[in-house]
Amino acid sequence: MTEVTADIATATGRTTGRSLFKVDERTRKRHAAERRFRMMGLAAVIFSILALVGLMTSILSNGLSSFSQTYVTLDVHLDAAKLDKQGNRNPADLEKITTFTIQPLIQSALQKTMQERGISVEGVNAKKAVELISKEAPAQLRRFILDNPDVIGKTVTFDLLASGRIDGYYKGRVTMESAALDRNISPEQLTLADAFKNAGILEARFNWSFFTAPDASDTRPEAAGLGVAILGSAYMMLVVLVLALPIGVAASIYLEEFAPQNRWTDLIEVNIANLAAVPSIVFGILGLAIFINFVGLPQSAPIVGGLVLTLMTLPTIIIATRAALKAVPPSINDAALGIGASKMQAIFHHILPLAAPGILTGTIIGLAQALGETAPLLLIGMVAFVREYPGAPPEGFFDPASALPVQVYNWTQRGDPAFVERASGAIIVLLIFLVIMNAIAILLRRRFERRW
Amino acid sequence: MTLSLIVLIVLGLAVIGYFLGRQRAVRTAERDGVKLHSLPSYHGESVALFAAVPALFLLGAWLFIQPVLIESSISGKIPDSAVPEGGAKSLVMFDVRRIADGLNQIIAQGDISESDLVNMSADVTDVRARLAEVGVALGSDVSPVVFEAAKEYRSIELTASFFRNLVVLLVALAFGIWSLARIQPGLRARNISETFVTALLMGSSLVAILTTVGIVGSLLFESISFFKMYPAKDFFLSATWNPQFRGGSDLGFLPLLWGTLYVSVVALALAVPIGLMIAIYLAEYAGSKLRSFAKPAIEVLAGIPTIVYGLFALITVGPFLRDWIAQPLGLGSSSSSVMTAGLVMGIMLIPFISSLSDDIINAVPQAMRDGSYGLGATKSETIKQVILPAALPGIVGAFLLAASRAIGETMIVVMGAGAAARLDLNPFEAMTTITVKIVSQLTGDTEFASPETLVAFALGLTLFVFTLCLNILALYIVRKYREQYE
Repeated sequence: MTEVTADIATATGRTTGRSLFKVDERTRKRHAAERRFRMMGLAAVIFSILALVGLMTSILSNGLSSFSQTYVTLDVHLDAAKLDKQGNRNPADLEKITTFTIQPLIQSALQKTMQERGISVEGVNAKKAVELISKEAPAQLRRFILDNPDVIGKTVTFDLLASGRIDGYYKGRVTMESAALDRNISPEQLTLADAFKNAGILEARFNWSFFTAPDASDTRPEAAGLGVAILGSAYMMLVVLVLALPIGVAASIYLEEFAPQNRWTDLIEVNIANLAAVPSIVFGILGLAIFINFVGLPQSAPIVGGLVLTLMTLPTIIIATRAALKAVPPSINDAALGIGASKMQAIFHHILPLAAPGILTGTIIGLAQALGETAPLLLIGMVAFVREYPGAPPEGFFDPASALPVQVYNWTQRGDPAFVERASGAIIVLLIFLVIMNAIAILLRRRFERRW
Repeated sequence: MTLSLIVLIVLGLAVIGYFLGRQRAVRTAERDGVKLHSLPSYHGESVALFAAVPALFLLGAWLFIQPVLIESSISGKIPDSAVPEGGAKSLVMFDVRRIADGLNQIIAQGDISESDLVNMSADVTDVRARLAEVGVALGSDVSPVVFEAAKEYRSIELTASFFRNLVVLLVALAFGIWSLARIQPGLRARNISETFVTALLMGSSLVAILTTVGIVGSLLFESISFFKMYPAKDFFLSATWNPQFRGGSDLGFLPLLWGTLYVSVVALALAVPIGLMIAIYLAEYAGSKLRSFAKPAIEVLAGIPTIVYGLFALITVGPFLRDWIAQPLGLGSSSSSVMTAGLVMGIMLIPFISSLSDDIINAVPQAMRDGSYGLGATKSETIKQVILPAALPGIVGAFLLAASRAIGETMIVVMGAGAAARLDLNPFEAMTTITVKIVSQLTGDTEFASPETLVAFALGLTLFVFTLCLNILALYIVRKYREQYE
């Protein structure tokens, strides 16, 4: 044996005395390559986790501040002589009150408070001072007066929205330097805001109206909220759930349990696999061409969005349901058939209930996908500026509405940087909904899924 | 009668039918003193199904067809002289529909009665002001012809809706009573209702086919009318994209295709190596601790909606690339660029690639690994020289699927790539893609007669054909590969 090795060693020109315990050059190189490869793998994992962290940090750092909002507390005297000249509190006459009538009331209330507290800043007159308060405030007062006509003539304490720039000042978006260059706000006004803050009439609070208020115009980012968008998304999810779940389950049962093995079935299966991979924007084109142009359903309506998202979600639900049905062992089916059940009875009485947790999990994941989908909704007109809440279902399904992801897109298209904060805040709301839905799906799977 | 009421009545009839059917089955069996063939509930079920399903299908079909028929009959009656210069008939029809809606609202408020409306004419009454009161704002005064058309539209619609409700209810009653009347102990009610349900199940599975038919049909139909207005040669071969709303646009497809491919190449260049390395590392190297943490984290990336990535591109990645790379190097000053969209899309695709490759790598038989280790190869040599070559077809399939997603992705490019159609090599310039232009040509007020709008359908068709080919090829390769090792 030794002679043979020695022969080979001399034949290949290598020195004898090679040992497995001594690492030679080539092995070292191979091990270095091994380590490099391993490091590359680790680096890839770290990169993707960093990307996730970066994404989340970016959204959270931009968006968390939208959950607080700066308010100014003012005692406003609702002057009966100005608001109700006839003095009869007639609702039809009150309807005619405009925000231009109310604006001076706010201005004088602010002036009065400043005098009482001895707040004054050089270079800020009463007209400039009232700019600290949002342009939405008169509209807010008007709504309040119309709802409670008997407050006219009394002095009422209101929490009024501060303007977007003031709000931005306390969130670090607006600084003294940037205010000096800004037409909408001056450094003196910021100083006044600081004085208000010290006097306790200006403070930041939790921003409930972000979840309930409708969208607001370009110049009033402070008043913009997600109310209509959340409602619109909820309506669409309802439509998707009502349509996609039964159709998806029925189609899966047919394909899994009844369909004969032939070309027709093959065609349907290939179709479903392909639909799952069709770009979402193509479904938007389908919705525009068929549901809006051909059938004549209204634009921006949740029903159209719901129908489009249903078609998009169906493949997901069908794939999940078929997997759930397949996971039920055939012995259940055989036992049911053996004691005289029909095929339909075996499926509906035994297999389907056992597959239900899996089906529900798949449905929730499909819904979560649909909730975040934006592109098709842009095409069916959901980007429109909608301030009115849609009505109660089923008529409300045909009213114009917005949707959460579309509202995000809408806000990013506006000039005021305050809308970037709102958009990030809306993303956080969207992600919270998604986390809840996914958590429910995981919980269902953990709690009810049976391993056979 | 509103639509929801009709649906509720039909469903109510079905419920009543169920109980009546059950009762009748039991009664007849008792009377004749024989056993029923099927359980009483099957008799009820068959009555309920026959009462509800045909009527609801009829209602759905009617809703689909009625507007089309009314539209064509009314629009035939509008003379060409009523169509304003440079406008389209579809716009006049749009006004007609809105006026008809407004008239409905005026009547619903009870200000005028049906008979007043017949006498109302656009010459005498100020229709525009009247409609504005109920919230229907019109661009111009209403011409008598249009107003008469609107009145006729309204009356046809009212009659049609009345007949619709009548026919639907009659069908529900007729089928319900017929199937109630045929109940007798020997009736094979279970077989009947099960056949019915099977047919329903099969019908549901056809929805997938119908969707594809709808997609292809609508894309083809509108694309053909686009190519009638705009020569196909110019569309496919021109390098200028410059839509004008006054007509005379250049609608060249090449700059959009270039932008789409460029962004996709950047995205895939990032996502494929990283995704593949993640799959390899997690499958072959990582300890269970790291895997149990990293796998869900990467799956979270896959579940994030694309609008979130779009916002990330817009507010973080775009400005970062502009301030730290593009401007110092003098490559551009735009925050939306091919690089921005490509990188963010790459991050989006990483989990997609890694989960697909994970399946594929795990499908390579263990024996091949063992053989390689037995010959003295290190782990990385085994992966590079045995596993990857064996998994190559599957990885190519995953790559194609990812490419199809990259080409069809919309929100990231809308928010990250920009809107300028340009043929350029500099990745820090803003460029635009097919999907961006579909969105920009179809949002806002769309008028379906101009090539500027219809071009979106031609773009959609190209996109659909492109992604479909990639998908079919990918599915074919993956399936073939799976068979190889099974």
